Amino acid sequence: MSANVVIVGGGHAAGQAVASLRQGGFDGGITLVTAEQSLPYQRPPLSKAYLAGELPRERLLMRPPAFYEGAGVDARLGVEATGLDAGRRSLTLSDGGQLAYHHLILATGGRPRPLPCPGADHPAVHYLRTIADVDAMRPRFVQGARIVIVGAGYIGLEVAAVAIKHGLQPVVLEMAPMVLARVASPEVAGFFERVHRGAGVDLRTGVAVSAIEDRDGKAVVVSTAGDRIEADLVVAGVGLLPNVELAQAAGIDCDNGIVVDAFCRTSAPGVYAVGDCSNHPSHLYGRRLRLESVHNALEQAKTAAADICGKPQAYDQVPWFWSDQYELKLQTAGLSQGYDQVVIRGDMATRSFAAFYLKDGRLLAVDAVNRPIEFTLAKRWIKDGKAPSAQQLGDDSIEAKALAA
Amino acid sequence: MTKITFVEYNGTERSIDAENGQSLMQTAVDNLVPGIDGDCGGSCACATCHCYIEGPLAAKLPELGDTERSMLEMAEGVTAASRLACQITVSGDLDGLVVRTPEGQH
Ligand SMILES: Cc1cc2nc3c(=O)[nH]c(=O)nc-3n(C[C@H](O)[C@H](O)[C@H](O)COP(=O)(O)OP(=O)(O)OC[C@H]3O[C@@H](n4cnc5c(N)ncnc54)[C@H](O)[C@@H]3O)c2cc1C
Ligand code: FES
Repeated sequence: MSANVVIVGGGHAAGQAVASLRQGGFDGGITLVTAEQSLPYQRPPLSKAYLAGELPRERLLMRPPAFYEGAGVDARLGVEATGLDAGRRSLTLSDGGQLAYHHLILATGGRPRPLPCPGADHPAVHYLRTIADVDAMRPRFVQGARIVIVGAGYIGLEVAAVAIKHGLQPVVLEMAPMVLARVASPEVAGFFERVHRGAGVDLRTGVAVSAIEDRDGKAVVVSTAGDRIEADLVVAGVGLLPNVELAQAAGIDCDNGIVVDAFCRTSAPGVYAVGDCSNHPSHLYGRRLRLESVHNALEQAKTAAADICGKPQAYDQVPWFWSDQYELKLQTAGLSQGYDQVVIRGDMATRSFAAFYLKDGRLLAVDAVNRPIEFTLAKRWIKDGKAPSAQQLGDDSIEAKALAA
Repeated sequence: MTKITFVEYNGTERSIDAENGQSLMQTAVDNLVPGIDGDCGGSCACATCHCYIEGPLAAKLPELGDTERSMLEMAEGVTAASRLACQITVSGDLDGLVVRTPEGQH
């Protein structure tokens, strides 16, 4: 029997792994096992165009069904991998089946962190990770409805923007003193707070949820500030728990994700982990990272596939991410943690600016709002480890393209 | 259906009966055209759908959008014929369109 690959997952990482294996010349069997009822699909539109009802479900698919047929992929939809024996190289499936593998790619992603308060099981409380999640909240996501969004990360803010557009009344509760607290500076967070409040979002920072009660089928969100907010729909976006259990139970090293090397190999022979579930070493930032982004999922899948195809290439890329809110296009590159200086280029009031994050004069990251040129340049500068001086970065009178590193 | 021909940097041609209303990027991805990735799914955020469109039909394309123009300005191998395939919707007007894909995306 020729070598085979089993891929567990149904997101960007799993879909890309299939494509890259075939593009890389792998001609053995490929089995795709996903707990969801769909072929691999794109999650970003779930809090954007799909939630807004502007994108039909088929358009979420990364590639059409014909691709998987053409690639000879045995796709098992709605099937969970429930057990892994890394010594015997076999998987146990929820439908009772067993699968032997030569190579296993774990692209298991993550699941929403549950709200930790009493009453979180109220039927009005929803999470946003899957197509099924959005479809389940849709009957409550209607004009005039009061929606309480818990957590002002990217997903929470995108939901707030779509809610405003659809005539819902969004209240956003954020425990931290500012929005996007995990990723952005106070300057950039302040900008997004002004935008959302200006659009009509009731945004409350420094406020957590202490309980959710029921009043005639509606949820009453009790905040730590003592408010009681009646809601038709509560959407919680308070973080992701990586799906590591399968690997962990098999004795594979896990530490905030499934631990992998620069080639996405785990501690078990033949087993790879890619995407949101994996924790990889970043040469660029000198520490281990677990990223939650499309780019990381795609590139790690390519890395694992290349290794399986006998063309190993270490993964070390500048992370990047985008978020669409109202007419704003946010593109971020790099990771800002540990910065000691923020340089703002452009005028925030015009809704077109870039915030550069530096440490000891070295460029770590950029948050670019409606500034694709600065975003693209900064991504290159971070990669090359050289950038214009802080003073040049901040001088919007010099054309961005003219800024030499 | 609208006939679109994709030409790879090495000259390989593929003609596709594209569905009207889909983006050119989606058409390429659905038909496994190498060289057009569409990582951001058409959000105009990644430029992995960069392509070249020349000839008389190029005049029938919508004007470059602001974001598209800026993303392209920094893309590798950009020329006057550069477009982002995710920003172009297939329609009957474009029947016979020839789209070249850049080497960098292969
Ligand atoms: C609403 C939303 C908006 C987002 N917006 C953006 C954005 O604008 N830009 C951006 O870059 N990123 C965005 N992201 C993040 C991005 O979608 C993720 O980083 C990406 O989906 C990660 O892909 P993945 O394949 O690693 O994991 P996932 O997409 O989580 O896929 C994991 C899959 O594995 C399956 N699975 C798990 N365990 C098992 C098992 N034991 N057996 C079988 N199947 C299993 C799951 O059911 C799931 O289908 C967004 C995410 C969400 C939820
Ligand atoms: S698909 Fe990303 S810019 Fe076109």
